[in-house]
Amino acid sequence: MSFLQHDVPLSWYLLLSAILFSLGVVGFLVKRNLITVFMSIELMLNAVNLSFVTFAYQWHEVRGQIFVFFVMMVAAAEAAVGLAIIIAVFRARSTLAVDRIDLMKL
Amino acid sequence: MTDSAHLWLIPLFPFLGFLLNGILGSRLPRRLTTIVGVLAPLASLVVVLSDFGATVISAASSCRGCGQVTALTLPDAEALSYHWLNIGALHVDFIFVLDQLSAVMLLIITGVGFLIHVYSVGYMRDDPGYARYFSFLNLFLFFMTVLVLAGNFLLMFVGWEGVGLASYLLIGFWFQRDSAASAGKKAFIVNRIGDFGFLIGIFLVLTTFGTLSFGGIAASLSMNPAWHGTVLTVICLCLLVGAAGKSAQLPLYVWLPDAMEGPTPVSALIHAATMVTAGVYMIARTHLLFDRAPIALWTVAIVGAATALFAATIALVQNDIKRVLAYSTISQLGYMFLACGVAAYSAAIFHLVMHAFFKALLFLAAGSVIHAMGGEQDLRKMGGLHKKLPVTFWTMTVAVFAIAGFPPFAGFFSKDAILYAAFLDGTGGKLLWFIGLITALLTSFYMFRLWYMAFLGEPRSESSHHHATPKSMAVPLVILAVLSVCGGWIGIHRFSAYLAPAAAAHRPMPTGNPALEALLSIVAVLAALEGWLIADKYYRRKTERPAQLAAALPFGYKLLSNKYYVDEIYSAIIVKPLFAFSKFVLEWIVDTAILGGLAWLLAGIANITGMILQRWQSGNLRSYAAWLAAGAAAVLLFLLLTGSPHAWSLPFFHSETIYKVSHITVIQSGQAGH
Repeated sequence: MSFLQHDVPLSWYLLLSAILFSLGVVGFLVKRNLITVFMSIELMLNAVNLSFVTFAYQWHEVRGQIFVFFVMMVAAAEAAVGLAIIIAVFRARSTLAVDRIDLMKL
Repeated sequence: MTDSAHLWLIPLFPFLGFLLNGILGSRLPRRLTTIVGVLAPLASLVVVLSDFGATVISAASSCRGCGQVTALTLPDAEALSYHWLNIGALHVDFIFVLDQLSAVMLLIITGVGFLIHVYSVGYMRDDPGYARYFSFLNLFLFFMTVLVLAGNFLLMFVGWEGVGLASYLLIGFWFQRDSAASAGKKAFIVNRIGDFGFLIGIFLVLTTFGTLSFGGIAASLSMNPAWHGTVLTVICLCLLVGAAGKSAQLPLYVWLPDAMEGPTPVSALIHAATMVTAGVYMIARTHLLFDRAPIALWTVAIVGAATALFAATIALVQNDIKRVLAYSTISQLGYMFLACGVAAYSAAIFHLVMHAFFKALLFLAAGSVIHAMGGEQDLRKMGGLHKKLPVTFWTMTVAVFAIAGFPPFAGFFSKDAILYAAFLDGTGGKLLWFIGLITALLTSFYMFRLWYMAFLGEPRSESSHHHATPKSMAVPLVILAVLSVCGGWIGIHRFSAYLAPAAAAHRPMPTGNPALEALLSIVAVLAALEGWLIADKYYRRKTERPAQLAAALPFGYKLLSNKYYVDEIYSAIIVKPLFAFSKFVLEWIVDTAILGGLAWLLAGIANITGMILQRWQSGNLRSYAAWLAAGAAAVLLFLLLTGSPHAWSLPFFHSETIYKVSHITVIQSGQAGH
């Protein structure tokens, strides 16, 4: 068996995951730069991934790990599309400030 | 069923013609359109003839020598049925019945119909709507044959409505003309009133008898020989309303004169020979009901007599050649109703047949005149046409003599039969006879007036282009002229004996008194002769007299030439109030205020809700994110407050079996690891 199960309690992993997630949420809400916002989303996804892996390990469940793969795949696709959109937005508007990208406003 | 399967063919051919010309007509070459359009009624005619004509001819020839007609060796009825509707207790079959009555009607419809199709080839030659015209004409034949073949009220109603539709389409055939379009609408709407009565009658039949088939009604009537009820009277009066609408009787006749806006062959086929006689046919078909309802029968007679006289007086002063014929048609239909009203159904059908011959001929000849005059319909501008249109002139002459009732032409025999039957009818019969006699005099007068004005004397206008009559128009004229001469030679007694199985009156056609019959005939012919002499005096010898007479009696002349102001009265009593009601109540109150207000209210609610909700859609990415986070926080808070996640039924996390299985695997893998 792995040392993790004995040395580090489960709750620490979850705590770390929660902290990372909260950091992501706060960054998402607070930062103005679109790329930073984007990175915050990635942070949240990875925080969730961490808790998935933790539980999967705890219960010897392969499903949690499969979930992680899916999340990573989606995150990669999202990164590809998102960055492309960000570049397009920057070319069109010469800014990445979230507050000023409000074309959909009524 | 198998040996009568060919009954399907009779309506089928016109329907195929309608489909072919209706869908492909504008793309087909004109010659092919002609072939399809004319072949359809011909094929139906062949079916009808092969089915029945042979027996008709053999029956006629077999009794030429025997003097008295006994039972004919015909089947009473051929039937063909399929289940059509089965709704609860209501069972309606799709049933075609061919008996003597429908066979006679079919011969007229397909025979005269075929001749008029042939005539139309010449008449409509230069019309851009040629294919449309033929497809509508075939559609009419389809519905008319369905109407006549129908073995129950519902199927008859289908045909009834269908011919109304075809009539509407053909009256408004030249729909670019405003008057034609509104004439079509008028015909359709007035017919709706009649159809409403007919439909109520059908419903009453259904509730009274529990069946709609003519055979079933006949059976249940014969089981109750003493049944002379008010219900039957009400049913018959409702049916009479329907018949009066379709056959242009008082007070619903107003659509027929306007229907002359359609092409002239249409007026000949639909508005003279066949469709307008559907009311007469319907009464003859349901005569078992009418026989049990003397009041309704009496009403039929009164309506018929009144219409005959009323329309004949209007026809006296009309100057449009087709309008004269239209009022004449109404008047002759009144004759048929009169005959039905005195229970002389076979006389009514006999007159129907003869009328189909000579009135179709009159219309076709009038069409030939109009064609030659380049569209001119005003009698005052015609004159002297007998040299230019010899075929039309001679055939028209035959038709005029036939409708005026001179022997040995067709009209003499049928009109004579009706007048004789009316004379012998109990109370009031003499009065009906007298009205019929006056009408015969008037009929003779206005027909000879038309004849003199159109064909004799000097031309009253210089029409530059006199078209010759093409062969396709001349041949039907000649055939119909021959029929108008010889048709009546069948004789009413032979005819009514032939019809007896289908339309025998409870009072048989009286044969007893040949002296009286001869006397009445002489009186009728004298009346017709008198009409001719008056017309001759006014319109040949002293042509200035009509104007003097009109000047001397301005009130009477104006009353007649304005058709008793019936259109104006209807407009004031019905049309205008209806318009006002539609405008003020339906449009302003119901539509604008209530429905419009409701629509505005709903739109306002949606608008206000939208104004509130649109604040969420700020377009600001961070506000969306904040709402998202707040939502997620709210869900988490809810989970915390309601306790453990086990209270939630998330299938993946909640299932206890999975939990236990996981435990076991943990334990097992733990052991395996050590």
